[in-house]
Amino acid sequence: MANITALARSPLHGRMPFQGSQTQIAERPFIGKLTLRGNAEDTGFAAGVGSILGVSLPTEPNTVTETGVCQISWVGPDEWLIYTADGAQKPLQERLKTALEGIHSAVVDVSDYYTIIRISGTRARDVLAKGCPLDLHPRVFRPGRCAGSLFLKAAIRIIQIDDTPIYDLQVRWTFAEYLFQHLVRGAEEWN
Amino acid sequence: MAQKNRLPDGGRIDRTKPVRFQFNGKRYDGFSGDTLAAALLANGVSLVGRSFKYHRPRGIMTAGSEEPNALVQLGTGARTEPNIRATQAELFDGLSADSQNCWPSVGFDIGAINSVMSKYLPAGFYYKTFMWPASLWMTYEHVIRNAAGLGKGPTESDPDRYAQHHTACDVLIVGGGPSGLAAALAAGRSGARTILVDEQSEFGGWLLTDDTEIDGMAPTDWVANTVKELAGLDNVTLLPRTTVSAYFDHNFLTAAQRVTDHLGPQENTKTPRQRFWKIRAKQVVLAQGSLERPIVFADNDRPGVMLAGALRTYINRYGVLPGREIVVFTNNDSAYRTAIDAKNAGAVVHLVDLRPDPDNPVVHQARQAGIQIHEGSAVVGIKGAKSIHGVEIAPLSEDGKSLAGPTFVVSASLVAMSSGWNPSVHLFSQSRGKLRFDDALTTFVPDHTPQKTRSAGACNGTFTLAGCLAEGMEAGAAAAKDAGFDSAIAGPSHVVKEDAPGSMRQVWTVPTVHPLGKGTRKHFLDHQNDVTAADVHLAAREGYLSVEHLKRYTTTGMGTDQGKTSNVNALAIMSEIRSASIPEVGTTTFRPPYTPTTYGAMAGQGVQELFEQYRGTAMHDWHVNNGAVFEDVGDWKRARYYPKPGEDMDEAVRRECKQARETVGIMDASTLGKIDIQGPDAAKLLNMVYTNAWSALKPGRARYGLMLNEHGMVFDDGVTTCIGENHYHMTTTTGGAARVLNWLEEWLQTEWPDMEVYCTSVTEEWAVATLSGPKAREVMEAVAPKMALDPQTFPFMAMQEGEVAGLPARVFRISFTGDLSYEINVPARYGMALWEALMEAGRPHGIVPYGTETMHVLRAEKGFIIVGQDSDGTVTPYDLDMDWIVSKKKDDFLGKRSLTRTDTARPGRKQLVGLLTEDPNFVLPEGAHLVKEVKPKPPMDTIGHVTSSYFSPNAGRSIALALVKDGLNLKGSSFQVPLMSGHVETVTITDTIFFDKEGERARG
Repeated sequence: MANITALARSPLHGRMPFQGSQTQIAERPFIGKLTLRGNAEDTGFAAGVGSILGVSLPTEPNTVTETGVCQISWVGPDEWLIYTADGAQKPLQERLKTALEGIHSAVVDVSDYYTIIRISGTRARDVLAKGCPLDLHPRVFRPGRCAGSLFLKAAIRIIQIDDTPIYDLQVRWTFAEYLFQHLVRGAEEWN
Repeated sequence: MAQKNRLPDGGRIDRTKPVRFQFNGKRYDGFSGDTLAAALLANGVSLVGRSFKYHRPRGIMTAGSEEPNALVQLGTGARTEPNIRATQAELFDGLSADSQNCWPSVGFDIGAINSVMSKYLPAGFYYKTFMWPASLWMTYEHVIRNAAGLGKGPTESDPDRYAQHHTACDVLIVGGGPSGLAAALAAGRSGARTILVDEQSEFGGWLLTDDTEIDGMAPTDWVANTVKELAGLDNVTLLPRTTVSAYFDHNFLTAAQRVTDHLGPQENTKTPRQRFWKIRAKQVVLAQGSLERPIVFADNDRPGVMLAGALRTYINRYGVLPGREIVVFTNNDSAYRTAIDAKNAGAVVHLVDLRPDPDNPVVHQARQAGIQIHEGSAVVGIKGAKSIHGVEIAPLSEDGKSLAGPTFVVSASLVAMSSGWNPSVHLFSQSRGKLRFDDALTTFVPDHTPQKTRSAGACNGTFTLAGCLAEGMEAGAAAAKDAGFDSAIAGPSHVVKEDAPGSMRQVWTVPTVHPLGKGTRKHFLDHQNDVTAADVHLAAREGYLSVEHLKRYTTTGMGTDQGKTSNVNALAIMSEIRSASIPEVGTTTFRPPYTPTTYGAMAGQGVQELFEQYRGTAMHDWHVNNGAVFEDVGDWKRARYYPKPGEDMDEAVRRECKQARETVGIMDASTLGKIDIQGPDAAKLLNMVYTNAWSALKPGRARYGLMLNEHGMVFDDGVTTCIGENHYHMTTTTGGAARVLNWLEEWLQTEWPDMEVYCTSVTEEWAVATLSGPKAREVMEAVAPKMALDPQTFPFMAMQEGEVAGLPARVFRISFTGDLSYEINVPARYGMALWEALMEAGRPHGIVPYGTETMHVLRAEKGFIIVGQDSDGTVTPYDLDMDWIVSKKKDDFLGKRSLTRTDTARPGRKQLVGLLTEDPNFVLPEGAHLVKEVKPKPPMDTIGHVTSSYFSPNAGRSIALALVKDGLNLKGSSFQVPLMSGHVETVTITDTIFFDKEGERARG
């Protein structure tokens, strides 16, 4: 296959990041994303996944496990999201499928279903509070935590990266523009 | 202009910051820290508005959010806001306000004729008078709405920004008076996440009015120290100028914060004018204080009659003495403090006390101060209409029902009244809390609530300062403890020197010189809605005895103030009439919002272009750049047609339809729902949710399916393809994507948990371009040289993966147009690249982009249904003449049993047929009805209706689909279609295929 990378366009293609003094908002396009389904209590499944990822899947609700290569979020009792570098998702999908041969499971490439918008800065939490009903107070939601929620009418998955704080918001392709504009509108109050 | 009622010193206003404002077009001066009401009183303006029904002159009655009278229209133009309580509006430079509900001016109001006519406008007047003829109600209503009503809403778009703010906390404290501040200290010191909300511009509540010392400190100093400590705690959020408007289930409360209102209009700012807080609290402490009760006496609505506590607030907090000769009319001790402060401020004060023998320390203090006390007496009338010239006083009989002596008049310009205090139980009641009537306090107090909430201080019926502080501390500590902060403690008690509250004497309706309801003197109990004591008697006489009926019949307790000053008086009067206790009469439920909340705040930033998501596909920009006209499909924006310069929709669609059948068309089909289905039981699931058989479908092959609901009615359709072993790719209608996935999950999770299947939505993972038309293969050959495209290797209803335009793709040979078609799916990031490559490769072949309108025509030419357009939830596959898709062999599928129900299986149901009009150029409107016999006017007996109707350039005439009773047996019959225009079109029933009846083109 010819080099087609230059042809790829993300949903927020061409949008300037928002660089405020207290909030920064930018798309992280083309992160590889796989949805993994399976029964965590099935030892075959757990071993198969572990042999490829090198770690156990997070089974505590709303937690994230990092491997250095992958970021694995708990989505539901039988569902995980795996983020990896762009281009690495297909080989990873194949390896997982091979390792899970004969075990009831699913590995689905959803890299383009969603994009990720990163929001950071001292006012990031206040901006998120304008549309997200989750309690993101540091006593409750910390780095390594993830959750499914809403920002107004957009369904999001949120992961806290560090204490800056930095949050990654996963949003469906067609809601990315809506979410981005709302975050910028919310952040403008303090910039 | 001189502020003639401003005291030389005192008050919490900033005299170094004068503020200029306008009221009813006249300029006045005030000070920073004033409310509009305080500044108006300082300037001697006592007539502020006109009442709702009788247009009676009204003044300022309170100093807070309970104000029923002094409602003003604030600001002009796009920022004008109606029904603003002058008692809450903070003064800013350039403020401009106007009286409401009066024309041409507040001083001379034509509507006041209603007051003269009041005999003929009793409670229920509108209900009784405008009943007949019913058809004229719309006319009556128009006139009534114009005559009544309060302020006027703005007609322009709101230029300000608003924001919502979600938050959670351990302890939410509503009210920042002594109880709330004490609660905040206890909760805040424990480390609990604490939010303290107060509706005023500064914390302190009654402590900003009262002078009782706390721990030897002036109360304002104690407030300042407390607020300073709280502000220093990271875990405490202080929200002044914020009104908790509603208390919902699960300790969810909303609050409106006025962020910049006190600064006046803000141009070019990105700061929201108001912020709407949505707070989820583990524990709530209600410390809203209490509201003073007016006395129901004759002429008690004259401008210059105000609550005694309010007068004290104007004197002490704002440095305003609104009258030099004052009558204080009370049934309790609290108003004596007002009298003393007014006297000290320089007023001549008469105290009129309903009690025959008041005997408390404060009474002696008043006497010592030189205040004349008229014991066992009442105010029985007022001289003056737009302002007060004198007050009529008379001794009262022992039973309080009549006068016990002659009236005499004292010179006065202001009456301050107090009938005791009502705990502010509004939020407690909203929390589904039940109230209890306290006989000693003669008012409702909180009893129990199912929510995690506590009441502390005056809103709990505790009326001593020491009691408020202690209760606040305890409530704050207990709330924090219950929220998991075990170290929370109430802290040391405060030293407060105060007298115990004395006795009260309730006279719910104070008699006057004529019987109630006779003569000109009215006893108002609901000032905002102009409800009098006589109206309650009238309601009772007419049988409206229940409080709920009383409220609706007289409108007492309605309006923007929601009866904050009137409810208990109304209930008490009704209980006297019925000789029942107040608890027996009961109380109406308090409803949100506590005070009116702007829609702007509730909407937050989700307005105008940010109101709704704008869902476009990966190729959306191309459609925009190429002049597409869009339509809403579900929440998607889909290209409807691509007009060339000068073309209207019909012309564009005819061109697209022709060209797509003659050469090749291209359509963006990305919006179709897509679901990845995997697992050993995947085929079993498909067999259950679709009507046809799926077990034999081989990898690389596709099949069309219909989904039925439990009632056997069609609810979605689409093509599902076998991708590999136990792996399928399902497509759904654009609008049905979420519904179908939920449907599958519901059955899998609730009924078939043993099935091993995983369903994953992949709708937006794939961008889809559909090539359709005789030249489609030639375009494919140009962009997919490595793919085998001959019909033997890649036949109709097959799928293959490969490279298209160098991009990784899944290509489906499926068709919704009945022509040779390829649906090319690529990862969304390549959607635009794919589209542009196909347009480029198609150019030599005359490719035409077409939109959803052309798609509708092309599929209708083939009789392909659109679920939701040709079906409506009452249509079975048999009704659609699609018997072929219903498996006779399968044991079961969803909806199967219902297909044999008597009504579902009966002959003569509405069935889908084609229609041809007599005039081939006449396009029927969709929704038009078929009749056997045209009558001069409706109703006519209809036998069916048109579901789809277009002009088909390829058939060379109009075509239509319709659901017609027993239609499948009526082919060849003609019927009439009468239209709104009066035209009657004759139609003939046909089959549903108007083009390529053999169906060879798609298989080519």
